[in-house]
Amino acid sequence: MKNNKYIYIALCSLGFIACEPEFDQPLEDTPIAAQTSGEANFSKYISLGNSLTAGFADGSLYRSGQESSFANILATQMQTAGGGEFLTPFMNDDIGGFVENPTAFPPRRVFDAGNRAPVFIDAAPTTSFSNILTGPFNNMGVPGAKSFHLAAPGYGSAANLALGLANPYFVRFASSPNTSVIADALAQQPTFFTLWIGNNDVLSYATAGGIGVLQPTPTTNDLTMIPPPGGDDISDPTYFAGIYTGLTNALASTNAKGVLINVPNVSTIPFFTTVPFNAIPLDQATADAANTGFANYNGGLQLAVQAGVLTPTEATRRTINFTAGQNAVVIIDENLTDLTAINAGLINIRQATPNDLLLLTVSGLLGTPNSDNGTLINGISAPLGDQWILTPEEQLLITNATNAYNQTIQSTVSANPNLALLDANTLVSQLASGGISSENGTVVTSDFATGGAFSLDGIHLTPRGNAFIANELIEVINSNFGSTLQKVDPNEFKTITLQ
Amino acid sequence: MKKLLFVLASCLTFSSIYAGGYRVSIQGQRALAMGHTGVAVVNSAELAFFNPAGLVFLENKLNVSAGVTGIITNTKYQNLDTRQAFETDSPVGTPINLYATYKISDKFSAGIAVYTPYGSRVDWPSDWAGGFLVNSIELSAVFINPVVSFKVNDALSIGGGPIYAIGGVNFNRSIEAVPGSESLSGPSTIELDAEGVTAWGWKASVLFRPTDKLNIGASYQSQIDINAENGDVSFQNFPGEAPQTGFNATLPLPSELTLGLSYQVNDKLLLAFDFNRAYWGAYESLDITFTDGETPDSINPRNYEDASTYRFGAQYDYNSKFTFRAGYYFDETPVASGFFSPETPRNDSHAFTGGLSFNINNNLAIDASFLYIYFAEVDESFDSPNDSAPAFGGTYKSNVFAPGLGITYKL
Repeated sequence: MKNNKYIYIALCSLGFIACEPEFDQPLEDTPIAAQTSGEANFSKYISLGNSLTAGFADGSLYRSGQESSFANILATQMQTAGGGEFLTPFMNDDIGGFVENPTAFPPRRVFDAGNRAPVFIDAAPTTSFSNILTGPFNNMGVPGAKSFHLAAPGYGSAANLALGLANPYFVRFASSPNTSVIADALAQQPTFFTLWIGNNDVLSYATAGGIGVLQPTPTTNDLTMIPPPGGDDISDPTYFAGIYTGLTNALASTNAKGVLINVPNVSTIPFFTTVPFNAIPLDQATADAANTGFANYNGGLQLAVQAGVLTPTEATRRTINFTAGQNAVVIIDENLTDLTAINAGLINIRQATPNDLLLLTVSGLLGTPNSDNGTLINGISAPLGDQWILTPEEQLLITNATNAYNQTIQSTVSANPNLALLDANTLVSQLASGGISSENGTVVTSDFATGGAFSLDGIHLTPRGNAFIANELIEVINSNFGSTLQKVDPNEFKTITLQ
Repeated sequence: MKKLLFVLASCLTFSSIYAGGYRVSIQGQRALAMGHTGVAVVNSAELAFFNPAGLVFLENKLNVSAGVTGIITNTKYQNLDTRQAFETDSPVGTPINLYATYKISDKFSAGIAVYTPYGSRVDWPSDWAGGFLVNSIELSAVFINPVVSFKVNDALSIGGGPIYAIGGVNFNRSIEAVPGSESLSGPSTIELDAEGVTAWGWKASVLFRPTDKLNIGASYQSQIDINAENGDVSFQNFPGEAPQTGFNATLPLPSELTLGLSYQVNDKLLLAFDFNRAYWGAYESLDITFTDGETPDSINPRNYEDASTYRFGAQYDYNSKFTFRAGYYFDETPVASGFFSPETPRNDSHAFTGGLSFNINNNLAIDASFLYIYFAEVDESFDSPNDSAPAFGGTYKSNVFAPGLGITYKL
């Protein structure tokens, strides 16, 4: 062998053969090191959840996003430890969206770095509602699903789409029109599962600017008896607890091990933290003009104080005042004292404070002429509607509901040794306060577009953000079940896509 | 835009092409065949490079040596953790050397040396994992070095002369306007290009001949700072509006000291040894400034270390037609651990050389040489290329093959 090497070099020297350096252990001859699954069995991993599990990103579900969902990343790592095939109900293309309704299901967004703003990718969706796939599938994440949707029969029925009772993503891969997500999961006899549900039970209220309400406590836990809470409402925590316990009991009955992932408090994600409360720059002249426009309103507040129908504190809070520089936007706040009976001009408005959260989607509206009255400017002379802001009262509803859901999730884990918890709530709050660092020093934060964790919708994760979640899951799985799954390098996963 | 530019510039790494590994020493076919020894070998016009002091001891009035070498450099990268593997696809480099010397009097000789001490090029695949450090880099440098030699007495001579250096560099790397982002329009890259950059330096040397069998030599080349002024900066697939700017940068070519001796064992056999010290410590950091006054400066620590090369050579006069040569040298890398970049994927190396001369007649000879450089496999990384680029490491393995051909003419 040694001699062969010298002969080889000699031949190389004479230029007879190509002479490339050879590694002692070339990659192509090096199989991925086998890992152990410990007490867990990864042969049939099923991931259950919503858009976060499906790999939804940039406002859309598209192929490369699905490929880099945390569940798909985790499943790949499981394959060295007895993991089986992990099938995903892929969309038809890497564009995302549905042909039938590209307004409600638009293609994905990409980043226009010149204007520093997300824009739709320049392509039309090709996936159809009727593009039914043959399953079963391991990644059962259904974008838009709330907790109770996973248990709802007919959620995958094409006939129910028009009634608003079905979800086109589940229609594409449901085993039959009348099945439920959980039934299709159980039918596959999972040996391992992750469940990340409950986000939309509070998120859809939040992304709608809190125009919904907290649903009242239902009097029964019979699923078929309870109409689903309205699209923009917060699911009642007691109702959530009943649903959640039902889902986890059903999964636990299979003796599968699994990880439950709790619900992050949505108020720290970039969808709510990117647009500042004082987003409007004014010069002195414009500020003066705007102040003149609100002089009557400010004066009316003082009259209301004198009349004893308004506290001086609230009057101060509601007084509109613009100065040269950055100015707080004017918003409608339903929680203010209603004075319109006294004076129709004294509407429920005030200027925003750092405690108000403006939605990411309002950024294109601020400072533009109002669509009803072009002489008014949105955010200044035209107050922003309730649907654009989360006020402190609305945030409190969200926080309370989130905490209650997470309490349910925590007790479910505590009661079952087959279950482990991933505290996504803490992780997401770390993203907002300094970021999370990987072992090789890659840092992601919740900064919009540049932070690396969140995609261009400000809500869902990037592939790199998903890699961090997958690594956290791996840590939880290894420490609870004694497996040796290897983490991935988040650097190998991209963040956002530029136009 | 400001922030974008900041990210861009802080990602920017420039070439450290002047690394020891790229200083593939091929400045004479005969010397190379003997492990690139030569500071004490009085043999041919190649002395104009190796030790100009010795020119006055050459027997003939006119000496010319010319040669060209093809350098085939292969570097492979792999990372068993990330399971990625790439290899360079670099074109063949062709350094040249041209030396001519003329004995003006018994005491004085003059000569000129033209050579290309930096002629290497590294091309990685366009979509490779280290693209944010380097995609491709090419350096061309021509040194024009007129020299004189003065015989102090029969045992001692001194020599030297000014060096006029003409250099050019082209460097291409990937950029990320947003960390970790991909671009639909293809990889965004920046290319820096500077051509025709000139600088001056000097060389001085001494040759001591205590006996007619033993030569002892020393040669010193000054540090030459290549100042690229307002070089071209171009962007490919830049997201948004690309900055319009040039760049300034200073690259030190370090000073070098060579000490050596040769011994004529018998009529046929000559042995030579050179010790070479390159003062790479001068290359602490590569600082690039952009001329638009808006793009922030890019500071790239290099922290090179002084490095030595140990050279051994032998020459055997087989008969009047054939002379055979062989040699070996050990070359220390100036690259410090943790600063190992794919633009200079060079660790310590062992070089094996051989060659022969065929004398066509008393005046003309054909010289052939061959160089093989062996690099041990190395696990290395670039831990903190700059503020924003992540660490990049893996396993590297390189080799170099360099066959060369030249002529020697004496009159």
